[in-house]
Amino acid sequence: MNIFDKTWAWFTADGAWTDSGGIFQRLLEHLGYSGLILFFAALIAIPIGLWVGHTGKGENIVVGVTGALRALPTLGLLTLFALWMGLGLTAPVIALVILAISPLLAGVYSGIAAVDPITVDAARAQGMTEWQILTRVELPLAAPLIFGGLRNATLQVIATVTIMAYINLGGLGRYLIDGLAVRDYPRMVAAVVLVAVLALVVDALLALIQRALTSPGTR
Amino acid sequence: MTVNINRRHLLGLAGIGAGTLALSACGLSGETAFGSGSTGDTVIIGSADFTESQIIAEIYAAALNKRGLTAETRPAIGAREAYIGALQEGTVGVVPDYSGNLLLYFDAQTKAQTPEEIMKALPSALSDQLSVLDPSPAENKDSLVVTSEVAQKFGLKSIADLAAHSSEITLGGPPEFAERSYGLPGLKKNYGFEPAKFSPINDGGGPLTVQALIDDQVQTADLFSTDPAIVKNNFVVLEDPKNNFLAQQVVPVVNAKQVSVAAADVLNEVSALLKTEDLIALNDRVSGEEKANPTTAAKDWVDQKLT
Amino acid sequence: MNWLQSNLQHVGELTALHLLQSIIPVIIGTIIAVPIARFAMGRRRDGRSTERTTSAGKLRRGLVINSAALLYTIPSLALFVLMPLVLGTSITSLLNVYVALTLYVIAMMVRSAVDAFDSVSPVTLEAATAMGYRTTRRFWAVELPLAVPVMIAGLRVALVSNISMVSVGAVIGIQSLGTLFTDGLRRDLPAEIITGIVATVLLALVLDRLLALLGSFLTRWRTA
Repeated sequence: MNIFDKTWAWFTADGAWTDSGGIFQRLLEHLGYSGLILFFAALIAIPIGLWVGHTGKGENIVVGVTGALRALPTLGLLTLFALWMGLGLTAPVIALVILAISPLLAGVYSGIAAVDPITVDAARAQGMTEWQILTRVELPLAAPLIFGGLRNATLQVIATVTIMAYINLGGLGRYLIDGLAVRDYPRMVAAVVLVAVLALVVDALLALIQRALTSPGTR
Repeated sequence: MTVNINRRHLLGLAGIGAGTLALSACGLSGETAFGSGSTGDTVIIGSADFTESQIIAEIYAAALNKRGLTAETRPAIGAREAYIGALQEGTVGVVPDYSGNLLLYFDAQTKAQTPEEIMKALPSALSDQLSVLDPSPAENKDSLVVTSEVAQKFGLKSIADLAAHSSEITLGGPPEFAERSYGLPGLKKNYGFEPAKFSPINDGGGPLTVQALIDDQVQTADLFSTDPAIVKNNFVVLEDPKNNFLAQQVVPVVNAKQVSVAAADVLNEVSALLKTEDLIALNDRVSGEEKANPTTAAKDWVDQKLT
Repeated sequence: MNWLQSNLQHVGELTALHLLQSIIPVIIGTIIAVPIARFAMGRRRDGRSTERTTSAGKLRRGLVINSAALLYTIPSLALFVLMPLVLGTSITSLLNVYVALTLYVIAMMVRSAVDAFDSVSPVTLEAATAMGYRTTRRFWAVELPLAVPVMIAGLRVALVSNISMVSVGAVIGIQSLGTLFTDGLRRDLPAEIITGIVATVLLALVLDRLLALLGSFLTRWRTA
């Protein structure tokens, strides 16, 4: 049997999908962790991005911080936080939120900042409040770039959540780390396929949502 | 913007091209430059991805160097499946291993139990490229450990006592423990103990595993018997009357093609000198308060013992 | 701090290994990505800037960019561990890391190189043709140099991401600054992990700065 047949056999084994620790459970865990991480990252990145993009204050700081965050090695943060906080969700979630902030912040900030100042001034001349300008003019116009950032962040998070299995958590990374420990290549290949398919499906869904939400004028 | 294209510019681009080619060429040959394959007389010593294995590998290297041979280490290759693979390929020549688990890896059905039986069974069990040198009296077993509170609460003395409380117990250990024959399958077969949950922790029985025990996130964990944390935290090592965890003498497993007779003699000399107390002391120096570098701790030991 | 002082040499060696594993994939990946990106653009005929508007051109562009993006969905750890299977290399071989990271760089750089070629004004290209430049010479002397600024921007992102990804190799025993993470975890040694994180970030900042300088050196004509 070659590796493809073995991987296929792994996928079609009895209970491979429905057992405890089976594919359905791992998929749900993976999605759950990813969603949780993106939620917290958005909670931090979106307000900051909106504020900086709208006011133009602290642009240099945002550019510098997103660059520096990108350079932070996630494995290092994960191991460090795990030593400090022990096992459980807290350590890996914080490590990955830090990873996700960078693309989200970059998307929101650059989206808002790229809105033509003439358009903003026109809105102001019509008597819109700053809040109205932000929510009714800048946000819709910035939507494509914001979604771009969100999709980037999502892809990165879904791929990197695998590393959470390095300390005792679940998710599809379990197959990768456990497979690695015993050099079970079919299981590792299966993990790669599952993560890639999950990422593509989620990305396609986000693309659909993006189409539905963005105003036709900005497409 | 004026576009001023001139010769110098072209030359500059050509220069980058040539530079990158030169760099990429050395990248591909970097393989040998960094000694990924065993070349010449250098003995490459690999180690598993936990600290004690790394210390013993450094001891082997320091001893060989002290005896005038050249040796390098390639630390933390991974679990047994990984470093045995590297040994069989010949990318490393020696890895310190533990006799019982090594035998189980090649022969899961083995009947051998005593240290002598294990060493007798090993040579024929190993794959063709591999052989073992003399075993050391130093022993380090996997062992199931509980906190004294848990031992008291459930009245635990032996692994057999765990079976009655299976549903209340989460077991912590490295991921491979779930599948090794001395791991979950062995515990079930020998003691009918099937923990409610297995918590895989990738720190080689390190601080996360110990902390998880203390915090009662896991009720029992697979720790090494030479782990100084056992004494420090007053953990109880559960008895293993059915010998689920086989005797584990430290033994160098080698790819015979990569290791000269002279090198084998030095490794045998080291094995004869290494005792279980040495392992505990070395582990304590490296992972305890002092945090000594494994290389330093190993070198000090060799300087002191090898005359 | 004590830990760092007594392990300075070790950290230095790991930094050198990390540097090598960060730079080589970026160089090779870029050399491979640029022609792919140029191919994706289609032929630039005079009068019509690109084939971007034709359906064949669109399809080719989409195919190249999307297949590159697909690579991104593969976790780096997975790519590292599967390399021996694909390449037949040793489990401990540095080549696994080189090839895996090169693939990531290609994925990132194809995209930015396409953008870079896009940023070159068709009017400029027409002017070059009018001055008697033939296609090949026009590419090397006009189109590529003008694409450099945007390309350098993409390269900086690729390099920085690459530097943080190299450390994952430590999980399969490939030595880099990432070794400090796995070893520090096993030995309960936060100082070691922090050293690794700081060294990685410093390495990224320094190389990023150097790349930016290289960019401004290559585009001296902008200020001329």
